[in-house]
Amino acid sequence: MILAQTTEPFIRWNWVWSHLDMIWGRTVQHLALTGIALGVGFLISIVLSMIALRYRRTYAPITWVTGVLYSIPSLALFVMLIPLTGLSVTTAEIGLVSYTLLIFIRNIVAGIDGVPQEVREAALGMGYTRRRMLLEIELPIALPVVIAGIRIATVTTVGLVTITALIGLGGLGQLILDGLNRLFTTPLIVGSVLSVVLALLLDGVLVLVERALTPWARRKATIG
Amino acid sequence: MIRLDHVSKVFPGSEKPAVGDLSFEIPAGEIVVLVGPSGCGKTTTLKMINRLIEPTSGEIWIDGVKASAEDPHLLRRKIGYVIQQVGLFPHRTIVQNIATVPSLLGWERERIEPRVSQLIELVGLEPEVGDRYPAELSGGQQQRVGVARALAADPPVLLMDEPFGAVDPIVRARLQDELKLLQARLQKTIVFVTHDIDEAISLGDRVALLNVGGVLEQYAPPEEILRAPANDFVVEFLGSERGLRRLSLISVDTIELEQGPVVTPETTPEQARAVMDTHDVDWVGIVDDGRLLGWVWGAELAHHATVGELEPRPFSAKLSGDSTLRQVLNAIVTSKTQMAVIVDGDRYRGMLSAERLNEALLS
Repeated sequence: MILAQTTEPFIRWNWVWSHLDMIWGRTVQHLALTGIALGVGFLISIVLSMIALRYRRTYAPITWVTGVLYSIPSLALFVMLIPLTGLSVTTAEIGLVSYTLLIFIRNIVAGIDGVPQEVREAALGMGYTRRRMLLEIELPIALPVVIAGIRIATVTTVGLVTITALIGLGGLGQLILDGLNRLFTTPLIVGSVLSVVLALLLDGVLVLVERALTPWARRKATIG
Repeated sequence: MIRLDHVSKVFPGSEKPAVGDLSFEIPAGEIVVLVGPSGCGKTTTLKMINRLIEPTSGEIWIDGVKASAEDPHLLRRKIGYVIQQVGLFPHRTIVQNIATVPSLLGWERERIEPRVSQLIELVGLEPEVGDRYPAELSGGQQQRVGVARALAADPPVLLMDEPFGAVDPIVRARLQDELKLLQARLQKTIVFVTHDIDEAISLGDRVALLNVGGVLEQYAPPEEILRAPANDFVVEFLGSERGLRRLSLISVDTIELEQGPVVTPETTPEQARAVMDTHDVDWVGIVDDGRLLGWVWGAELAHHATVGELEPRPFSAKLSGDSTLRQVLNAIVTSKTQMAVIVDGDRYRGMLSAERLNEALLS
């Protein structure tokens, strides 16, 4: 056996070709787990950010709690949740969502705090209501900072999803775990490389989205 | 018309009022400038008109309606608002910025577009700037956009909070002149806040001079404030150049001109010398059939039969009837003849001396 392993090639392409369907399935699952985590995390963060912005005193406790969540080792968090929610998508998502909150909330609040005071005064002075000002003036101006947060959260979540392989999910993480368990490098490499590619790809898409949504920020940069 | 009726404002946590029991009227179609030292409550007063700050007591009436009776957001859409830092929306183009209030009011697109083009032209901007973002414009251009945005829905009232305070002096002077021209066409009721007394005198139909704590020390046309300051505070605030500032408000047309030491080209040297003696000068101006030819030194007259034989020197400073007395004074102190010559085209109208200005101020 040990002799046989030394002759094992770094990557077996015929394994890759024969398992394309499975690899594709894992990739889709990986994307789905990432997407749900980011979507749910963002919605919760928007609500918490609005509370923090409206009632300033709540900002410190909100960042403290989300900061504690952020610092729990992911492995420990999933294991702690198993008695409550079992080996389920819910368990995975509770963990994944928890890790996005601090990043999202920090960036949303910082982005809106960064809106110049005179812009707010002009908006109110011309008859904007607070709600409309938030939606039409403050959030659009905060967008570059918010998207910067989404990019960090996305790359982080794509990486964290692989850990959920330990509770039976994991997307591409399954391939990595499989490779580790069987000391079989091909799935290990395929899972790792695709996970990195996925992170870079999503980050690239977000850069394009940001450029499309904030043409004004780019022109400002070229003016200096 | 805007009427402040015993308006006061005490900010929470402060014992002294920022504005204390202020009452005055701002007539429709006039520019009223609120001026005073920092802490005099001029900006607070302005912001109480569009309810960005709510008065602690008292009432503000705008065209016969209580400001407090209206929804503040709807009220503000009817009042133009320009601030020092402009506050353009960085994520919107110039066209979109100017269209802000019409959009809030729910105007149709077909109505907004021509209105915005009209405003871009009105404030003296090139049409090409419409598609740019605020960060791509200079400070002066941004403030023009700020004014256009405030005028977009054609509000009868315009509130301007130190609008030209952040631009350099040359641009500021130009924007002030443009505002005067704009106002001559639009006849808005404008409340203008500044800490610059010269700006107040230059722009205001009336000036409200406020002291610390929002106390109204004097409310009058600028000419009256300079001529008859109500108290020591006003005198001190007007500063040591009060007389010069007054001169800048009086136009040549409002005072009587002197004939001045002028003669026709046919005049003999003896007659000319008599005219010079009467005026106690050593030069004489030459006027031919109402046209001003120039002037010659008395010493040059010897050995000539008539004044017209000499080559006249041009007057260095000729002023027209709409010049201010301050410009006249400048001409007097910078000319060899120590007289300002007033012409209407090439027609000679008369002269002004420093003594005459002195009489005009003291009358």
